[in-house]
Amino acid sequence: MSDTVAAGAAHAAHAHHEELGFWRTYVFSTDHKMIGRQFLFLGLFMLIIGGLLAMMMRWQLAWPETAVPGTSWVPEPYMYEGIVPPNTYNALFTMHATIMIFFVVMPIMVGCFGNFLIPLMIGTRDMAFPKLNMLSFWVGAVSGVVMLASFFVAGGPAASGWTGYATLSAKAAYTGVDWGQNLWIISLFILAISSLMGSINYITTIVNMRAPGMSYFRMPLTVWSLFITAILLLLALPVLSAALAMLLFDRTLGTSFFLPEGGGQPLLWQHMFWFFGHPEVYVLVLPAMGVTSDHLSTFCRKPIFGYHAMAFSMIAIAFLSWIVWGHHMFISGMNPLLGTAFMMTTMVIAVPSAIKVFNWLGTLWGGSIRLTAPMLFALGFVSNFLIGGLSGIFMASTPVDIFIHDTYFIVAHFHYVVAGIIFALFAAVYYWFPKMFGRTMNEGLGKIHFVLTYIFFNLTFFPMHFLGVGGHMRRIYNPMQYEFIQPMQDWNVFITVTALTLGLSQITFLVNFFASLFRWNAKWFRLLVQIVVSAISGYALQMFVGLALFLLVGASLPFAAALIAGVALAAIVFWYLYRNMGELGETAPRNPWQANTLEWIAASPPPHGNFEVQPVVYRGPYEYSSPEVKEDWLPQNKPLGAAAAARAH
Amino acid sequence: MLRWLPEDVSTFGPDIDSLFYLIYYITAATFILVTVLMVWFVIAYRQREGRRATYTHGNTTLEIIWTIVPAAILIVLSFMSVSTWAKVKRHAPASDFEIQVNAKQFNWEVIYPGPDGKLGTGDDVKFDNDIHAPVNKVVRIQLTASDVIHSFFLPNLRLKQDAVPGRNILVWFEATKPGKYELPCAELCGFGHSGMKGWLHVHTAEEYAKWAAESLAPKPQ
Repeated sequence: MSDTVAAGAAHAAHAHHEELGFWRTYVFSTDHKMIGRQFLFLGLFMLIIGGLLAMMMRWQLAWPETAVPGTSWVPEPYMYEGIVPPNTYNALFTMHATIMIFFVVMPIMVGCFGNFLIPLMIGTRDMAFPKLNMLSFWVGAVSGVVMLASFFVAGGPAASGWTGYATLSAKAAYTGVDWGQNLWIISLFILAISSLMGSINYITTIVNMRAPGMSYFRMPLTVWSLFITAILLLLALPVLSAALAMLLFDRTLGTSFFLPEGGGQPLLWQHMFWFFGHPEVYVLVLPAMGVTSDHLSTFCRKPIFGYHAMAFSMIAIAFLSWIVWGHHMFISGMNPLLGTAFMMTTMVIAVPSAIKVFNWLGTLWGGSIRLTAPMLFALGFVSNFLIGGLSGIFMASTPVDIFIHDTYFIVAHFHYVVAGIIFALFAAVYYWFPKMFGRTMNEGLGKIHFVLTYIFFNLTFFPMHFLGVGGHMRRIYNPMQYEFIQPMQDWNVFITVTALTLGLSQITFLVNFFASLFRWNAKWFRLLVQIVVSAISGYALQMFVGLALFLLVGASLPFAAALIAGVALAAIVFWYLYRNMGELGETAPRNPWQANTLEWIAASPPPHGNFEVQPVVYRGPYEYSSPEVKEDWLPQNKPLGAAAAARAH
Repeated sequence: MLRWLPEDVSTFGPDIDSLFYLIYYITAATFILVTVLMVWFVIAYRQREGRRATYTHGNTTLEIIWTIVPAAILIVLSFMSVSTWAKVKRHAPASDFEIQVNAKQFNWEVIYPGPDGKLGTGDDVKFDNDIHAPVNKVVRIQLTASDVIHSFFLPNLRLKQDAVPGRNILVWFEATKPGKYELPCAELCGFGHSGMKGWLHVHTAEEYAKWAAESLAPKPQ
């Protein structure tokens, strides 16, 4: 034991000798924590872009062919004095999905939290391959630049959907997009290389570098989820890369992998894309499940319910995710008998997902629940995942899918699952921000952010189920062109109004994030924050009441009532924040949430090398309210009984 | 929620809709159950001074129950889906009414056999975006595409099938009520995707015969 301690101390002392300059510290860093932060900033930047694209789309759907405010500067033919033309609309949803999936959820959930948390949670100094890690981020950044550059080439960015179905994507003539689509392919190809490097690193680190005593079944579920995610990425990405290369060859070299006139098969693209694409869905959602498990256990002060069931259900999901891809292709022209087979496997994969939800419920039962900002977001994730999981059963049933395939029902479903991940993402940011930056985010602002996001997320995405049941197709530019959709147009307006409010509410998060990070506590700035946040809250309530009354009464009377409610709430929120908003960016203690996992025994933020002393693990990560100790938490590295006695010698 | 479903006028529609309703009731019940439990737990087990959380790592009986029950429900659901799926997609009934619909950017090209009664011969009659068919008769359609993937969607007939370039896919329906039903393209097919639509005109037998006599008869040269 004392050997390990001495070795750890020697490492720490050694680390102090290294004086790294600005470039090595902040830019070309090999420190997993800095790389994690870099991924976080990349993801947040892209989140803003992806969100704004969605707002423009929603505007067009609610008020077709009217000018989107603030966009008159975009040149023709991309927009006409703020009016979105059809091809730009196609580019908007293509890039919205591409950015949100590949440049927001993956960089933040996998890139940022994978990097930041894996070494800390398993109790080691860094990743197995720090330089490869740095390369992974910078290759990812290049990929992001290429993707953004595609907005500026002639013809505009890719407009064939994030699924890039051939033959539409395989010939420039079909969309009128030439280099935009090529850059989309090249960017994703580069990103696949970046993710591949990251996943090799994660797997190697978790297999080889766990702290003494950290057996696989003592790992936090966050690490389990990232481990499984890395394996999925390692196996799925080469298939995507191959498909992308073939598509690029079809477009530029005259091959015909996907073009029937040269003997190719359009469905081959779909098989390859979804063979990657379905595991990819779990790449996105598994880390969210992992961090949610950690948050629920910590804030219930209770061991996670069914730890082994949780780990094994994730493993089951990972295995099954390889044999369900055909459920994206029920009506694609694939042999209908295969459709039946894929329906069976898809129904089966719902079981481990259900197990997870029930175990989360079991964790809540009998807990001592603290409704902090991260806990609220974790609960929000569970609630949204429940809806997204249940709505998946509809389309798993092949006959029902005949009708709802390619409608807004699907859009509702995958936003509840994939956009619902944003709740786990926010929970993770609020939860680990103190460890990442040594400062805490403001709890009051965080709770307001949660309430606004939760309400308007559901108001935005739930009515999409109604549109889908009505047969409203996805990816259409102007719903008013269809007689059977016209009676539902009020829902499109409703969704757009709530989506805009949802977007606006995120200012609450950005203000909290950056003000806490940089400790902006000037008096005028604090007042500004209070005014802005209370104004957004008031505006949101006014919208909520207005829309509710409009649906119930349908008259113009509600306006006054809504306005009064909004002003009242704004005043209350302002008063509350004015009195109670503490200093922004307070110095974080080591373990602000009194959590058990190893990252909390390191300093906040941890120095290069992470731990002063190599931690030794004695137990699982969720020993909350253990009868063995007086406190309601018991860190993984705290020796007790025989172990403590041994250590004393 | 399901009141938004468009009116169904197909023979297999009721089977699809009944599955839709069944899944709706099952998922709605599950949603309410889980949500009520969640809200109840969050309120009942909120932090209170002097109370410690229950120290438990799980319960094997519960794990087995909540694995087997959803699995059983889902397996039953998929077996219930098999026959309807086979009816719609695998076993198209025989019929002497067979036409071709060829999708292309951004039109439905509707092709009727000419006087020789065969498709793909010189006397075929072509229309853009309008399908005329008799009520209560099995209509078989050879679905093709000449450029990109389109999707043949008849919301009122609960029918959707992608049209894939290089393939000829057989779809069928039997309409139960005369009327005019919208036929949008449901798969992104380019900048003109939105607005690519046609109409299915379902006629009574007499009206259809009249239409066919006027429109399908060989044109004088």
